[in-house]
Amino acid sequence: MPEKLFKVHKEEYMLPGNRACAGCGLSLAYRYVLKALRENTILTIPASCLTVLHGLYPTTSVAIPSLNCTFASTAASASGLVAGLAAMNRSDITVVAIAGDGGTYDIGIQALSGAAERGTDFIFVCYDNEGYMNTGTQRSSATPMGALTTTTPVLTKQQNKKDMMKIMEGHDIPFLATTSPSFPIDLYDKFVKAKRIKGTRYLQIATPCPPGWVFAPKDTVKIGRLAVETGIVVLYEIENGKFRFTGRSKTLAEKGTRAPVIQFVERQGRFKKMSLEQLGQLQRWVDHKWAECLKRAEV
Amino acid sequence: MSDVRIMTGNQAAAYGVKLCKVQVVSAYPITPSTSVTETIANWVERGELKAEYVRVESEHSVMTVCVAASTVGARTFTSTSSHGLLYMHEQLHWAAGSRLPIVLACVNRGVGAPWSIFNDQQDSIAQRDTGWIQIYCRDNQEIIDTVIQAYRIAEQVYCPVMVCYDGFVLSHTMMPVEIPDADKVGEFLPPYKPHTILSPEDPRNINPVIFPWQRRDAEGVLRDGYMDMRWKLQHALEGSRNVIVEVCREYAERFGRDHGGMLWTYKADDAEVLLAGMGSIATEATTAADLLREGGIRAGVVGVRVYRPFPRAEVREAFHKAPAIVVFEKDISYGYEGALSADIKAALYGTGIQTPVHNYIAGLGGRDVKANELAEAVRSSLAAIAGGNREQQTWLNCVTEL
Repeated sequence: MPEKLFKVHKEEYMLPGNRACAGCGLSLAYRYVLKALRENTILTIPASCLTVLHGLYPTTSVAIPSLNCTFASTAASASGLVAGLAAMNRSDITVVAIAGDGGTYDIGIQALSGAAERGTDFIFVCYDNEGYMNTGTQRSSATPMGALTTTTPVLTKQQNKKDMMKIMEGHDIPFLATTSPSFPIDLYDKFVKAKRIKGTRYLQIATPCPPGWVFAPKDTVKIGRLAVETGIVVLYEIENGKFRFTGRSKTLAEKGTRAPVIQFVERQGRFKKMSLEQLGQLQRWVDHKWAECLKRAEV
Repeated sequence: MSDVRIMTGNQAAAYGVKLCKVQVVSAYPITPSTSVTETIANWVERGELKAEYVRVESEHSVMTVCVAASTVGARTFTSTSSHGLLYMHEQLHWAAGSRLPIVLACVNRGVGAPWSIFNDQQDSIAQRDTGWIQIYCRDNQEIIDTVIQAYRIAEQVYCPVMVCYDGFVLSHTMMPVEIPDADKVGEFLPPYKPHTILSPEDPRNINPVIFPWQRRDAEGVLRDGYMDMRWKLQHALEGSRNVIVEVCREYAERFGRDHGGMLWTYKADDAEVLLAGMGSIATEATTAADLLREGGIRAGVVGVRVYRPFPRAEVREAFHKAPAIVVFEKDISYGYEGALSADIKAALYGTGIQTPVHNYIAGLGGRDVKANELAEAVRSSLAAIAGGNREQQTWLNCVTEL
């Protein structure tokens, strides 16, 4: 393990003193994302937790150039950057759009689908904290079944999470991957790889959110790990249509030692009103998705 | 050697774009603007215009592409109409707030519900307060010339410019248009120099969250708060009047055509009544003025070319002698009156000018407006004014009974 850590780029692009919440899963992941992307990168980000992390005018906590854009427009903003840079003969720059699950699964999906269909040469990153956390934990289409949010405050979310990876895979893009801040080397490797590939690349980061998911900030890494251990989050990549388990999920797939979802659910206040029936549904949904992954890995 | 061709308003706009060597074009089709960007797409694919053409999935994305491409230093263009412009509304604010010199051709069309593909100016008037300069053209020659002027103005004052012209009435109607010489346009329009350029060589966070008050940067320099930036946008719009007039004058010197700066007049000097309007309805008003003069009424016309910034001083000057003003316009500020009428009256406030102003809402959703109908409306207004009716709103050619 230590020798793998030594390969991580030493430069820090996320500077000390950012405005993320204590224990923010995004801030843990983002440090490695930026180390992998490095110089010659331009970011575009919509209104989201990341806007807050980047800081208030006229100071910023991030040493990579960033263009803030409106909520629905992230992938279109990236398209504009790509076109503008091409017009200025700056093909050496990687354009990276980073949005939350609201800005990806929901309000941003139209622009994202358009950009991916056009084969726009950029990386789209969704940091998925499973709700509108920047505005105070409202339901998104990425919120899991049984979770309390401020817009599902009594009955909990009644639907399963949208399968955004499948939607993006439907665009026949060259590279897709899932990542977790609890497995930073896996995450780092995937972003390094994504930077080398041309065309639309789509990466998701499953980012635990202490205030939104209701757990102690010290447990972020543990919660992220449990998400993977239980198969709620599966670490994999799809390169040119070929599915491959990676990291801890690969081990779980080989050994068949996936933990029950209750171990992930019971540690978070957002699931405190989840019914046993919902728990069963969530388990079956995870089992089904996991079986799909196993099947794809065999082919 | 002049190059005169018969073309539509949309072709004229496209030729203007080509002459300005626009680097990034993004568009989404909507009637009646579609053929502007179809024409450009054709040139780009044939290699006649070296530009990136981004075929996005919505107008919201169109303006986003223009914003982002402009931020990294590219000259950008789009055109749209009606609901396309409304769908861009959020991004229009973002473009102006970012102080980006984007040029948009707005081919004016009514807005739903219910659907209308036909002409009025409700679409662009509804974008009045987005921080864009708005110029209304009266014929196809003015369209091509104004697109070229628009880049000079936009890139000098760092404000986006909307070049507005009436759908179908101009967009799909042909007339002889002189295409300016490309080299002369190159001399007139220097390359775009961004006020700030987003580049890895100088990392910065553009358009982040800003507080109401000023804050110090890392070097301790006090930087603008939100409101200070808004004032700078207002100041730039107000100051753009001089630039618009100067650019128009220089254009006239170089190319021999003067479209009037902020506004133009027709037989206004001795007029006992002034007709006012924007775009093609103002052109129609000139015919109406001639008809009125044939009937013994000394009528003139004031064509408001630039609606934002509003030509406050020019309006005061143009109307100060007129005994009566009749404003014809293809928009309505619901619950009040026509937007142009309201603005003209506001400009006269405090000047001592007490001229009666009658307002006609006309031609909404493409309803035909003939010159003789405008003339008849003026006659009836003059009679009403003589009878003491100083202020009146009338919907022309419209059923107004419940």
